[in-house]
This record gives sequence, structure tokens and C-alpha cells, in this order.
Amino acid sequence: MKFLPLTVLVAAVALSACTNPNRFGADDALAGNPNGGVPLNSIQPGSANDPTSTAYFNLTVGDRVLFGIDQSGLTPAGRATLDGQATWLITNSDYQAVIEGHADEQGTREYNLALGARRANAAREYLLSKGVPASRLRVVSYGKERPIEICSNEACYAKNRRAVTVLAGGGLTS
Amino acid sequence: MIFLRTASAFVCACALAVMIPVGAAQAQQGPLRITIEEGIIQPLPFAVPDFQVETGEAAQLAGELSRVIAADLEGTGVFREIPSSAFIAQYSDFNAAVQFADWKAVNAQALVTGAVSVSGTNVNVKFRVYDVVSGTTLGEGLQFSGTTEGWRRMAHKIADEVYSRITGEGGYFDSRVVYVSETGPKDERKKRLAVMDYDGANVRYLTDSSALVLAPRFSPSGDRVLYTSYESGFPRIYVLDVGSVQRRVLESADGTMSFAPRFSPSGQTVAYSLTQGGNTDIYTMDINSGQSVRLTNTPAIETAPSYSPDGSRIVFESDRSGTPQLYIMSAGGGEAQRISFGDGRYGTPVWSPRGDLVAFTKQNAGRFHIGVMRTDGSEERLLSASFLDEGPTWAPNGRVIMFTRETQGEGGASSLYSVDITGRVLRKVATPEGGSDPSWSPLQQ
Repeated sequence: MKFLPLTVLVAAVALSACTNPNRFGADDALAGNPNGGVPLNSIQPGSANDPTSTAYFNLTVGDRVLFGIDQSGLTPAGRATLDGQATWLITNSDYQAVIEGHADEQGTREYNLALGARRANAAREYLLSKGVPASRLRVVSYGKERPIEICSNEACYAKNRRAVTVLAGGGLTS
Repeated sequence: MIFLRTASAFVCACALAVMIPVGAAQAQQGPLRITIEEGIIQPLPFAVPDFQVETGEAAQLAGELSRVIAADLEGTGVFREIPSSAFIAQYSDFNAAVQFADWKAVNAQALVTGAVSVSGTNVNVKFRVYDVVSGTTLGEGLQFSGTTEGWRRMAHKIADEVYSRITGEGGYFDSRVVYVSETGPKDERKKRLAVMDYDGANVRYLTDSSALVLAPRFSPSGDRVLYTSYESGFPRIYVLDVGSVQRRVLESADGTMSFAPRFSPSGQTVAYSLTQGGNTDIYTMDINSGQSVRLTNTPAIETAPSYSPDGSRIVFESDRSGTPQLYIMSAGGGEAQRISFGDGRYGTPVWSPRGDLVAFTKQNAGRFHIGVMRTDGSEERLLSASFLDEGPTWAPNGRVIMFTRETQGEGGASSLYSVDITGRVLRKVATPEGGSDPSWSPLQQ
């Protein structure tokens, strides 16, 4: 529940930048940049400027990776985002995470649940390979049940085919 | 609560259903017969004049019963109602001789007459079916007793009798559908389980919408429902008693997801999908002991299992060939035979209660279809086409399929539709909210 406003914010950013998919998520150019260049004296604890915050993880590290149509293999951009997530999770070791796998609306409900699970698991396996302890990562699939974009074309579908690392516990935001 | 009383009323009605001797009911071999095959072009015209009112309290019910019976028959697309405004004959006495010439004159080929008496909350309904062309009764007269609350089921029972006598097929009107009732936009959809009569009447909600719920499936006896819920935060299978709304989770290991459950014909075993480490396979579980057996073991997605009516085989969906296709294996697992070979992707296979066909969802060239094929994969027929059709369920007689249709775009919403197996009669099923994932009950007892 507490992540909902952020999700809305991310969606709004995405909508305003429909022609530029590099503005968010897996392809975020800022992914992995420590601090994002913000001067230390301006940091509000728990805000997106606080590098230990959930907001920072979601927006600056990048909480999601995207997938091709019917694919569950990670893209180079996706791996770069997950590299940043792994580094962050190892540094901020009091956070747990649930990786949520999602599909676009093409395909049956059952198949998309299984496909979303493949995607979430692909992200989890990658994080494990980078040293994040298995005990801190759980996976769940929502299939096509939780789209963030609601149009019925590839512009939206591309953003709905995602694995989102949702943090829980730790920090001032918990 | 309302349902419980309705149900008990109906148990009563069944127990009291009696044959009324109506003299020589010799018309079993009569000419009035319509065969439900692909070739039906002319629906059979019938008339259902308002039932005779035998007691003053029955006046409203007499008209309502007639309307539900007529709607059931007309909804099949096999029959066409002659409106009462065309009637020449005045029907008022159940036991008076039928003026066949008057019914012939308005082109009715079948005539259903009845009489209703009400005493307090007790209802008694009698009916007869006539073959107008040969001027004879079709089968014997019957009577049902029950309570006023159960009147719609009496109407459905009568319509099932009429349908069976004329088509030679089992009926399907006295049945229910459990489904997911939906509200809200696509990115904020609320879902809860609901059960209704097959025609959309008497909706009752079985869960609230606090947790995402998916794909309820009726038990073979219609008393329980399997479904998937996220109430634990992860998809798990629950079994719910429809009468008491009590539910329990089917145990699954931590870190796994389970979904796509379906009962075996015995009602003792559940076939379902279990996901572990990103890989989805098919398992069965004894519903009482909780003991599970793994039936498939591949890195592919295996899901949507559905038993054959004799319980010996399971049809399911797998992408082991690279795209989702339909396969059949023994109910104990082992080697699977692929049965779908057309263009596109196939999913959600459901074995017909007659055993002869498998209904499925097909995705091809940017469109979705509901289709049927024989169990060896031959004679594939597509019955519907739209932006998104999925999740077929069979009527108890294997002649009609209900499914989910979702519309396109930002305002996209789900509704229930039904289509007969000829593909000619496609209808939207009226529900108070959006609807998805229907599962048809057996005929009620």
C-alpha cells in the first residue's frame, strides 16, 4: 500500500514520456549512479534523495526490468538495472524484497501467471548470482492482473511486461 | 441465507415431483423433434400462454413462470416464441381440450400449458407439452411443488423438460454459474467471487474484493468451488463451500504459487498448476489428505489441466513445443499427446461433459477465439472472435459454452458471453457488474 503513490508517480512520468522509453525503469540512464549527484546537505531522510530509501531504490536505482513479447530472458538494460539493485540490496541489508512478475494482456490468464513467474524468477536468479541472499528475495506473479498502463497497444504492453522488485522492511520508510 | 432457503425449497420440489397420469400419452414417437446440429436454420416456433391461475395468490407467478420458460427456450436459438399478441386461442383451463387449429393458425408447432396454485409460501405448478402439428401431448404432464422463493428453478426445470422432449438432449437451464464479478478500471480492478443462475438471475457474492481472486471452478456436485486467491500475498488454491461460504486453503510449500485448479469427476482430486523456481508444472492433490503427485516435469509451462468425464485423462496446455499448445495425458501423468496443430496459440482446454469435444481459447493473428475440437484434435471449429475471448466452460449438456470477453483499450471491461457449439447463437449474459472466468455447475438435483 505504501508504495502506491510512487507507482502512480512512475506511471505519470512514463505517460508524459511515451515516445522516450529510456526515461524510466530498466533503461533509466541513472540506474546505478550513487546519490544521483545530489549534494549531501540537501538530503531528506526517506526522500528520493536519501540513497538508503525505498524511494531512491524505486526511482534512481530502478525497481523494474522489462521484457520482450512472450520473453522471460533479461535484456542488457535489464541486467544493468539488476546490477544496481544487487549493489543496493547488499549495501542496504535490512531490506527484504518481493519480485513481482507481470505480463501484458495478450494471452490467457493462466499462461500469463506462469509467464510472470518466469520473469520474476529470471530477475531473482540474476540477483542471487550477484550475491543477494536467497532468504531476502521472494517471487510472486500477477500475470496480466495488475497492468500499470491500460492502453491496448505495444506502447503500454512493453511497460506491463515487467518484473518489479518491491522492497519491504528496513529504513525510515518502513 | 436466501440461497439456503431456495436450495432447501428445491430439494423439496424434487422430492414432490410426480407424474400426473394424463390419459394416453402416446406421442413419444411423434413428429415434433428438432435435432441440434450445425444445420439448424429455422428455429422451432412455440407458444407459452400465461399459466392458469388456480388460486388468487398465483396471479403474478403464473405470468412470471411463463416468461422464464419462454426466455430459456428462446435463448437457445433452437426455438422461437410466438408472441401472445398473435394468439387466437384463449388459454384459461389446464384440463380443457386444446384447440390445436387455433395454435396451428399462428404457426406454433409446440405448445406449453400450465397451471399454478399458491398457498402461503407453497407453490404447485403443473405443465404439459403439446405437439401442435400432430395434435398430441409430448410426454406426460408433470407437476412440481416448492416454495415461492424457488419459483425460478421450477420454471427452469419445466423448460429443461420441454427442451429435452423436443431435442432429445439433456437440458441445462436449472444450473448455476460461479464467476468473478469485476468493477473498476483495468489498472485498479476489483474482483470478487459470485454465483448466479445460468441466466444471470439470483446473483450472490461469495467473497469480498479485498484480495485478488481468479478462476473459480465448480465441483462435480455443485456444492463446492475451487479458486485462486492472493489473500496470503501469493496465489494459493482455496476450496469454498457454496452454501456456508466457509473456505480453506489447500496447503502448498512456502515459496511456491498454485493456481488453475480443477476437480476430478469424483470430486476427490484436484488437478492444478504449481510454480516453483519460475517453472510451472501440473500436479494433482487429494483434497482430503492434501497429498500431491507431480504429473509433468519439464522446464516448459504446463497449466490449465481439465479431466475427461471418466476421469482417466487430462487435457492441458504446454509451451514445450515453443508456443502454447494442447496435450492429453493419462490422469496419472506420463507421456502426453499433442492434439492442437492449427495456426496460433492454444490455451485453457476444457473437456466437454459429453466427452466428445475439447473447448479452448485460441490466439491467432491478433485475435482471440473460443473454439472446439474433437479429442484427437480433428474438426477444429472456431465459435467466436474478438479482441480478447478466453476461458470457456461447458453447459451441463455439452451444447453451450460460456466464456469471458474483454474489450479493448483504456476503458476495457470484461463480460460473460455464451455461444452454442454451432457458433450461431452468441449472447451476452447479463450480470450486475463486469464478469469473467465463468464455471458452469452440473444440472441441479
